[in-house]
Amino acid sequence: MSGHVSPPHRLAPSLLAVDDLRIAFGANEAVRGVSFDVREGETLAIVGESGSGKSVTALSIMSLLPSSARIANGSIRFEGREITGLDAREARKIRGASIGMIFQEPMTCLNPVMTVGDQIAEAVLQHQSISRKAAQARAIELLDLVRIPDPHRRAMDYPHQLSGGMRQRVMIAIAVACGPRLLIADEPTTALDVTIQSQVLDLIDRLRRELSMAVLLITHDLGIVGQWADRVVVMYAGRNVEQGEPGALFANPLHPYTLGLLTASPRLDDSYHYSDGPLNEIPGSIRSIAGERGCTFAPRCAYAGPGCRESIPPLLTLSDGRQVACPVLMQEEHRVASFNY
Amino acid sequence: MEALTGHWNLTMSALSRTARIAAKTGLHALPTAVGIVVLSFVLLQFAPGDAVDVLAGEAGSATAEGMAEMRARFGLDRPVLEQLWTYLANLAQGNLGWSPRYNMPVSQLIWERVPDSLILAGAALVLALVIGVSLGAVMAANEGQAIDRLLSVVSLIFYSVPGFWIALMLIVLFSVKLGWLPSGGAETIGSTATGLAALLDKLRYMVLPTVSLSLIYIAIYSRLSRVSMIEAKAQDFVRTARAKGLSERRILLRHVLRNALIPVTTVAGMHVGGMLGGSVVIETIYGWPGLGRLAYEAVMGRDFGVLLGILLFSSLLVIFANVMVDIVHGLLDPRVGAPDAAV
Amino acid sequence: MPPYNNAAALRSADAPTPHLPVSEVVVPLPRVTPFYPPSPAPQPVRWRTGRRVLAVFARNPLVLIGATILLLISMVGLLAPLLFPGDPLAIVGQPFLWPGADAAHPFGTDSLGRDLLAGIAHGASISLRVGIAATALGLLIGVSIGAIAGYFGGWTDAILSRLIEIFQTLPNFVMLVVIVAIAQPSVVTLSFAIAIVTWPGVARLSRAEFRSIRARDFVMAARSLGFGPARIILSEILPSALPPLIVTASMMVASAILMESALSFMGLGDPNVVSWGSMIGAGREYLRTAWYMCALPGFAIMLTVLALNLIGDALNEILNPRNNEGPR
Repeated sequence: MSGHVSPPHRLAPSLLAVDDLRIAFGANEAVRGVSFDVREGETLAIVGESGSGKSVTALSIMSLLPSSARIANGSIRFEGREITGLDAREARKIRGASIGMIFQEPMTCLNPVMTVGDQIAEAVLQHQSISRKAAQARAIELLDLVRIPDPHRRAMDYPHQLSGGMRQRVMIAIAVACGPRLLIADEPTTALDVTIQSQVLDLIDRLRRELSMAVLLITHDLGIVGQWADRVVVMYAGRNVEQGEPGALFANPLHPYTLGLLTASPRLDDSYHYSDGPLNEIPGSIRSIAGERGCTFAPRCAYAGPGCRESIPPLLTLSDGRQVACPVLMQEEHRVASFNY
Repeated sequence: MEALTGHWNLTMSALSRTARIAAKTGLHALPTAVGIVVLSFVLLQFAPGDAVDVLAGEAGSATAEGMAEMRARFGLDRPVLEQLWTYLANLAQGNLGWSPRYNMPVSQLIWERVPDSLILAGAALVLALVIGVSLGAVMAANEGQAIDRLLSVVSLIFYSVPGFWIALMLIVLFSVKLGWLPSGGAETIGSTATGLAALLDKLRYMVLPTVSLSLIYIAIYSRLSRVSMIEAKAQDFVRTARAKGLSERRILLRHVLRNALIPVTTVAGMHVGGMLGGSVVIETIYGWPGLGRLAYEAVMGRDFGVLLGILLFSSLLVIFANVMVDIVHGLLDPRVGAPDAAV
Repeated sequence: MPPYNNAAALRSADAPTPHLPVSEVVVPLPRVTPFYPPSPAPQPVRWRTGRRVLAVFARNPLVLIGATILLLISMVGLLAPLLFPGDPLAIVGQPFLWPGADAAHPFGTDSLGRDLLAGIAHGASISLRVGIAATALGLLIGVSIGAIAGYFGGWTDAILSRLIEIFQTLPNFVMLVVIVAIAQPSVVTLSFAIAIVTWPGVARLSRAEFRSIRARDFVMAARSLGFGPARIILSEILPSALPPLIVTASMMVASAILMESALSFMGLGDPNVVSWGSMIGAGREYLRTAWYMCALPGFAIMLTVLALNLIGDALNEILNPRNNEGPR
């Protein structure tokens, strides 16, 4: 594992501050009050299952929401400036230049009829007034930065001539072309082979340090979170339910959902055999929860009490900087034994 | 320096892909061409009577010996297989036979009429593409709204209108009632204009036939480009382009359009044959001196040699057009004809 | 040949599928259903089709108009001998009567004094008869050849595909003219000629359909049970291949009517019957003065073809529903 150096994030200023964000598609709320902030130079991971609203949150930061969605409430401040409600031209200036984004499916994310070099140069030319030749040279530099061998020749290739891992590297090159302060990576490795995954994540982390970026890493993979994130936000059904440093979080989960996620993931050295019994799972599934008043996880929670269904538990901040939206597990009698992850 | 060599590489790869595509399609088309030739010959045998009968009928009467002698002269009394061999041999030399009616070689007859037909078909294709793609773009941009539904209905009406009927109605409107445009012919008879004036004169005569011929294709291309643009806009790479901060207009032109136009242009190329066929009626109505009208005259005059010559020629033209379409497709889409594609 | 299908698919049904790498998630999480409003509980196929039909009709009121028009015209065509007894080619009034000038001849009369309304009514019957006959024959030939080529593959497919390509390369109308010129023009030969020209498109489509359906599991099951090819083709694959063929059929009738009218216009139609095309042809020389002689039959053609195309579009929406993706 390459050296993952944590920046002194406690002292770093906040780069992106999301406060009580609510996003609705028509009558359905996909995001129901998410708050977190990304500090300069750190890697913040947002983890949750499909349907938790993490991708929608990321798209809203980039102002890339489809027209059927609207930000119903809340604010997103980037470098101190409010970026919800910006008009299209202002939003475009930020997109690609100050905030870059890479997506999940590298196989289809590149225009098949343009060369790879042209697509990178396009990103540069959009935000910087330099000549075409200079942009093409910069594209080759970027290809080298993302460790693509023989960048001069590769720049002339079309996407279909590159493998999935290389296409994702090209995507990264496009996203960091203008030196953004923040890179949003929406499940960047889910569609890649396992061997390529760590290479790509290593690349992202290296670029984070070399280019002084912050990274907002969206994933459903706890392994990635443990290995690469400085802090992690756990999202469930459109709300963040727990926040903290991965080590502390995994050792001592304070929200029943986080606990469920961790116990549901079998570990190799537990030497757990299927004949030993069924795997742990979180009972139930996300149902349509419109109209329910209490905690959204309550129907599936083993520790739910009467108060949980009455009102939404507030996000509590603990002394060590952790935040959790559940008061139950902190009570002594529910504390589980120390959990090594 | 890098940019120059880079472009050199691009051109080289495009050239090599083009050569590969041309060879592959050309080779594939050879048996088809042979099949069409044989089919033409077979049809020729089924033709009732032959040119000699026609001539005899027009002359009023003929003796049996006279007809037999003419048949011998035209080689019409030999066994079938020998005639087929002669046919193929002649074809290889570009000889399509002799037309007794026009008293000249069929190939020359056809060759004289080809330019006018190609001009008409070419103009109709260009017009149909320009209008069709524009309509499709408007429909795609306003998907689901009133203008989209209205234009869809309009395009469906264009698709349902018989070409020859609209040709007649256009004549009624623009020639009879308004007197703006001529109702037939290819140029003003007895005109001594040259250069630009002659060109403009010819264009006046081309307007109505071109519009009549292109109508159905406008409908097809507008529908097709609407669908392909909507699909292209939904592709992932459009989201990537947005994430770069590109303007909607630039995304539309550089990303969406280039991908969306690929199926439209390939389909358009395949319509060359249909246009040559549709021009039969249009050329006849407008008296346009092209292959189509020649076909009509040949049918009326029972000149099957000319008729089958036209069939053969236009079929070969279609095959040629298909090869061209494949090449253009390869130029537009770099995925086609590539020798290697990384997994 | 239906114009709205993907041309690339029409010319080569072997598009390579893109290769996607298999992803392996390191830590499996419990699978949950997505958050967004769950789709309605799965209903029996019957209900779904019925609801789709209603939805399509609700979205496109024009389709109902199209269906009504077609019904009306079919009725007129069917009942023409009853409504307008006698020979439509008979002279019944003074020539060159404009429409509306005489109540006895609401559509006017032609150059010889024949009633146009009777002509149009009888022409409806001819057009529909030729259209349906040509389509039926074209479907029969095309589906048979396409099915055999698509099912058996190998050399059979190679030879049949070549045959399809040869016939598809021949320009439609020129070929029509050639065939009709060789065989004497009549309703039968016209239908036959149109079928010869349209079967390649159907064959292409059905070949692609049969090829893809053949690879499906239930066909494998049938083959492993020892069913013969004929039985598999007819009872297993054909029902699944029907939806696009039905859509194609309605479009084919429309284009057959157009082709028949063009041929009749040129004088290559059946000389013994009145057809819309022949009426337009007869009226051509009087275009300057009595242009209604051309306008009215042509309008009838346009209405009929439009109605058929509307129905074809509706059928396409019903039988090949597009998947609408919800918000992601």
